[in-house]
Amino acid sequence: MTRYSVFAVAREALRWHSGWERAWKSPAPKKKYDVVIVGAGGHGLATAYYLGKNHGIRNVAVIEKGWLGGGNTGRNTTIIRSNYLQDPSAAIYEKARSLYENLSQDLNYNVMFSPRGLLMLAQTHHEVRGYRRTVYANNLQGVTTEWIEPAKVKELVPIMNIEGPRYPVLGALYQARGGTARHDAVAWGYARACSAMGMDIIQQCEVTGVRTLNGQVQGIDTTRGAIDCAKLAIVVAGHSSVLAEMSGFRLPIESMALQALVSEPIKPCMDVVVMANTVHGYMSQSDKGEMVIGGGTDGFNNYTQRGSWQHVEETTRALIETFPMLSRLKMLRQWGGIVDMTGDRSPILSKTSVGGIFVNCGWGTGGFKAIPGSGWAMAELVAKGEPGPLAAEFGLDRFKEGRFIDESVAAGVAH
Amino acid sequence: MSARLSRGGRLIDRRAPVTFRFDGKPMTGFAGDTLAASLLANDQMLVGRSFKYHRPRGIVASGAEEPNALVGLGQGPRFEPNQRVTTTETFEGLTAISQNHWPSLDYDIGAVNGYLSRFLPAGFYYKMFLWPRPFWKHVYEPFIRQSAGLGKVPQEADADRYEQAYAFADLVVAGGGIAGLTAALTAARAGKRVILLEQTAHWGGRAPVDGDEIDGMAADLWVKNAVQALEGMANVTMRLRTMVSGLYDHGYALAYERVADHTPGDGRPRHRLWRIRAGKVIAATGAIERPLSFAGNDIPGVMLAAAVRDFVVNWAVSPGDRSVVVTNNDDAYRTALALADAGLVVAAVIDARPSVTGDLPAQVRARGIRVLEGRGIAKVKGAKRVTGVAICAQQGEGAVLEEIACDVVAMSGGWSPVVHLWSHCGGKLIWDADASMFRPDAARPPTGDAGQPMAATAGAASGALQTAAVLADAHAAAGGEGLAPQATGPAEAPMLPVWIMPQGAGIALKSKMWLDYQNDVKVSDVQLAAREGYESVEHTKRYTTLGMATDQGKLSNINGLAVLSHALHQEIPATGTTTFRPPYTPISLGSIGGEARGEIFQPLRQTPMHDWHSAQGAYWEPVGQWRRPYCYKRSGETAHEAVNREVINTRSNIGLLDASTLGKILVKGADAGRFLDMLYTGVMSTLPVGKCRYGLMCNDNGFLIDDGVVVRMSEDSWLCHTTTGGADRIHAHMEDWLQCEWWDWKVHTANLTEQYAQVAIVGPKARMLLEKLGGMDVSREALPFMTYAEGTLGGFRARVFRISFSGELSYEVAVPASEGLAFWEACVAAGAEFGAMPYGTEALHVLRAEKGFIMIGDETDGTVIPQDLGLGWAISKKKADYLGKRAQERSHMADPNRWKLVGLETLDGSVLPDGALAVAEGVNANGQQRTQGRVTSTYHSPVLKKGIAMGLVLNGPGRMGEVLDFPVDDGKVVQARIVDQVFYDKDGEKQNV
Ligand SMILES: Cc1cc2nc3c(=O)[nH]c(=O)nc-3n(C[C@H](O)[C@H](O)[C@H](O)COP(=O)(O)OP(=O)(O)OC[C@H]3O[C@@H](n4cnc5c(N)ncnc54)[C@H](O)[C@@H]3O)c2cc1C
Repeated sequence: MTRYSVFAVAREALRWHSGWERAWKSPAPKKKYDVVIVGAGGHGLATAYYLGKNHGIRNVAVIEKGWLGGGNTGRNTTIIRSNYLQDPSAAIYEKARSLYENLSQDLNYNVMFSPRGLLMLAQTHHEVRGYRRTVYANNLQGVTTEWIEPAKVKELVPIMNIEGPRYPVLGALYQARGGTARHDAVAWGYARACSAMGMDIIQQCEVTGVRTLNGQVQGIDTTRGAIDCAKLAIVVAGHSSVLAEMSGFRLPIESMALQALVSEPIKPCMDVVVMANTVHGYMSQSDKGEMVIGGGTDGFNNYTQRGSWQHVEETTRALIETFPMLSRLKMLRQWGGIVDMTGDRSPILSKTSVGGIFVNCGWGTGGFKAIPGSGWAMAELVAKGEPGPLAAEFGLDRFKEGRFIDESVAAGVAH
Repeated sequence: MSARLSRGGRLIDRRAPVTFRFDGKPMTGFAGDTLAASLLANDQMLVGRSFKYHRPRGIVASGAEEPNALVGLGQGPRFEPNQRVTTTETFEGLTAISQNHWPSLDYDIGAVNGYLSRFLPAGFYYKMFLWPRPFWKHVYEPFIRQSAGLGKVPQEADADRYEQAYAFADLVVAGGGIAGLTAALTAARAGKRVILLEQTAHWGGRAPVDGDEIDGMAADLWVKNAVQALEGMANVTMRLRTMVSGLYDHGYALAYERVADHTPGDGRPRHRLWRIRAGKVIAATGAIERPLSFAGNDIPGVMLAAAVRDFVVNWAVSPGDRSVVVTNNDDAYRTALALADAGLVVAAVIDARPSVTGDLPAQVRARGIRVLEGRGIAKVKGAKRVTGVAICAQQGEGAVLEEIACDVVAMSGGWSPVVHLWSHCGGKLIWDADASMFRPDAARPPTGDAGQPMAATAGAASGALQTAAVLADAHAAAGGEGLAPQATGPAEAPMLPVWIMPQGAGIALKSKMWLDYQNDVKVSDVQLAAREGYESVEHTKRYTTLGMATDQGKLSNINGLAVLSHALHQEIPATGTTTFRPPYTPISLGSIGGEARGEIFQPLRQTPMHDWHSAQGAYWEPVGQWRRPYCYKRSGETAHEAVNREVINTRSNIGLLDASTLGKILVKGADAGRFLDMLYTGVMSTLPVGKCRYGLMCNDNGFLIDDGVVVRMSEDSWLCHTTTGGADRIHAHMEDWLQCEWWDWKVHTANLTEQYAQVAIVGPKARMLLEKLGGMDVSREALPFMTYAEGTLGGFRARVFRISFSGELSYEVAVPASEGLAFWEACVAAGAEFGAMPYGTEALHVLRAEKGFIMIGDETDGTVIPQDLGLGWAISKKKADYLGKRAQERSHMADPNRWKLVGLETLDGSVLPDGALAVAEGVNANGQQRTQGRVTSTYHSPVLKKGIAMGLVLNGPGRMGEVLDFPVDDGKVVQARIVDQVFYDKDGEKQNV
């Protein structure tokens, strides 16, 4: 792998960039791998990466039905934060966030992690109490967050109207090192690093069946033929239930569309990420200048990756209320992604009833921020067959035991 | 130079000149102009700068597809960035500023990026800026962000209004060209209710410019007749300036009407967003001409051929003095003819096809215009304006054969149907190799609820490019029988797909061939993406930003796809397209927000006593959509002092609380008792008529979601009180279970929250007040604790509930909402001699906390079960089932070692901070400090004169007297002792008197 650097770019410029290698190879599937990962989204690719990097397991294939990064990883609004309330969530999201800090260097691919700061606005007394509670929790969890007063909010976000009229801003939960990253680059960076370790990333290859024998995984069937494997990791977000059904078990997951939109690009006007849960919307400005806006999930289950209208309207309204200048911008594009929702809005990293099959799903509306931490924890689970501390609380057993890790407590919108 | 012609211009009114300003310069245009036409008429070809390299940008197109000519329009509260000049109508007083340059449009420092372009290929930022690390945050990213963005940021709150409207139709026709008019006429004549929408200010689309005859008349006349016919039909609605922006599931179309963009400040809403439910949608949205990829094709003066003739014919504007037409098809020859007709010089037509024989080229040759066969453009000369072209063989590598001086290059690479609406909702495309275009595959349309086709395309949008074919297609799309309108025009010879010019161009030329003008994506960038393995069209798009600009690739996508396919050695259909997403062109966020802004952003709910509270100095607290008095401040009081006064007065005299916001849901029917037994953890079916019972509701995961007093009103009806915030949610919860699971149970529910005003009369002297009002026996014997009676109090029809949320003797009295204020005033008057005072929500909280009563949302947060709160007594052990029962039997929930409700008292009497956590020894496996409890409610008790709190603590009730450490702000630790959570009147004697 040629390392990327300013010098490499300069050298290539002199020969019209004719010498760049492929970022990742495009191999034909082999007959057998030690580990097959289904789903080349951020979570699948990160799992592969840390299997190789942390556990030395490199005979790995990542199987993708479309193009890598084309699921929710390439459709999300890229918010990264770890100001979660419950201990297990704070642990894995903070692990992820701290890995993001050095991910560009680690992968030798600029993922443009931008810890520009993130605000969650409190617009009711109830939210004020909730966020103060979160700050106390975060301080004990080793997550740096603080409560800030309205004047500081206004200083950080001059374009915000903090004076209502319906929901004046009463303060905010502030994570100074929350922010955003470039979503495609995260997938591409991991893919390039995996490919460089000799792993096979196989795109345009849909898994159509899972073969098991006596409760033990044997391999998978795909549109490009059968592949055997000793271990199988299912990391397919919105399609988790489909893969689970192929494997012969069920998952407590519902799939629905989550909507997002961007405005036309304007000059930089907001340097932080703002989430407003009472009015229900959140926004950041991309490096290109677009205002990136997200809101809620559709209230019905489906698999079409299309935008519906209702939430766009609700979210836009909410944000115009908070940022009156938005009214004169235009919506450039809206889209939807299918998110995998669990009953407690927390992910599943777990062994399953089939030997050798592991699942990583349920990240729902907020798993982009988790990609490095999730991959780290999942790799450990797959490599050792048992979860490490990061994944321990996120097993499927928790639904049977009633041991929920409910994050909707602290925030109505969980991105 | 570009200029206004002395004759012609079918859309302008020369008697109505308008003045406007561009970058401060005063200019004149005519009514009927687009801003693009006006600017060209004033010789203003250069209008902006590109995104990445800050290259000079001129007007390329004449309509919605324009990628370059974006301006900031208007001023102050009416400023809007990124407005396309080709779709902006010129009006008197218009002001526009050019974008994305510093210090000026003509001299832009950012243009150095252009000289460095070799070092800044597609995706360069993914490979750079990695080191040294702090540089990304402090140097690189701020630099990228400062040079990012296009338009300026609107600074002020919007002065305009927006409106939304609904409509229904059998058929919505998007596009008012000849295809749309034909489809609308055909369907309307068959009796269908039709809505016909056109994005521009004129009917007729391209046909009147292109010159064919329809039904024996000039296209202009035919359009006029068709419009007249449609206007005469009652079942047809027509709207100009209205773009169908998106098509969604189930025939839901959104249309964006620019009501007053051209008459700002005239009092009308600026935009109106139509939400239309359509039986069917026909997209008669036309086609967009494709640019050709040759070196220097982005220099101002290089324009689409059809746009050039639009400017000449529609607005009598000549884009330049001397034009060259470059093409791979016959259609572009119409531009040469239009220019010649207007008396302008056409230096040559450069045709990539080896031999050119069609009717249109023949007409051009007959005018004495040179036609160069098998030729291409090696290079456009000029910087801020075209000065000439170098000609080469299309088959070659770009060796220059001759140079021709010109200031306009009119290019045509063929046409792409506008398939956006068709694709928004799942319609599929096929590749038409003859016309080199993706067109709708009629066999795979978007489908409606029953699998029926929900949309069709008509005319050019279907891929029909000749007038006769357009009309026939539109007629058929609308289900027409008999003959379609007929057209006559010249026959056209086949086009030749030309994706780069010349075919053998080397890398130096390719890195000057622009695909995406706004985002500065070149042929070489797409080829680099392919080389680096970004092979999927989506990868290429994202890696290069091709098609991601404000025009969403209307001009660039197909050319980019073709280049990518070529680089990957595959056919174009194997590459496929990127996804078309709504909106077709950007729509204002204001229109999406509609009227719901400011005070009416969400409904504001007020109780009948609202104004009284206001007059008495209520300090408001928003509770959901309600406003409730937090306390009533008297002059000189702080809120805290007011709360203390209200609490003490209620405990010693009488407090009056406006409890109208509490949810009141009537549940009635033969199965109502059974239903409530499932909903509540306790038994409600056995409650005697006239009695009240406290109830808890859990969700199916076992968590406590609401509480309140249930009253048996009659044999078959119960009144369920909910929390203020819970009223709508719990009503929906009930209906959810009734409609989805127990649909055959005979139960009706009605949310009566707003039908009744409710007053809580609380305190040791409460009974005296009621007796003074008179009319009912409210004695201990007649109306004991937890009973209910109906009667007349002080002349008001009243429902009286003897319930208490404060531990005091307390009555809650409900009267019809219309009498709420009068009843409240009567209570205030009657209570005066007993020292009655109103109290607000904060006093309510303190009162209940002193008594150790839980509050939904404080002690509960969606993770707490009733058992945690010591509420086991409210859970029936006898019932076979209730919502949450099974869940609560799961091992973790049945675990005795849970965080449970206790009281907390600080050792120093201070108030514990809300939400603070009690730490335990050591750290967990993830290195996090262990915790063993948290504060759920915390107040200063004016009665006990110290801080009191409730909290959930691991095994709390078994650890009375233990002291816990609560680390709070600034590294301090507050110590608190575990105590019983009932701080006041432990035996509950006061409420029973
Ligand atoms: C609109 C939107 C906004 C969001 N905003 C945020 C945000 O701001 N912050 C945040 O942290 N998170 C956000 N999220 C959530 C986040 O995007 C996801 O949680 C995360 O990307 C999930 O990654 P993944 O790798 O698990 O799934 P994906 O990226 O969806 O990858 C799963 C892959 O599996 C493949 N696959 C499925 N079935 C098969 C099969 N049978 N065979 C082979 N391959 C298959 C899919 O094609 C896909 O590529 C958002 C999501 C959406 C939709």
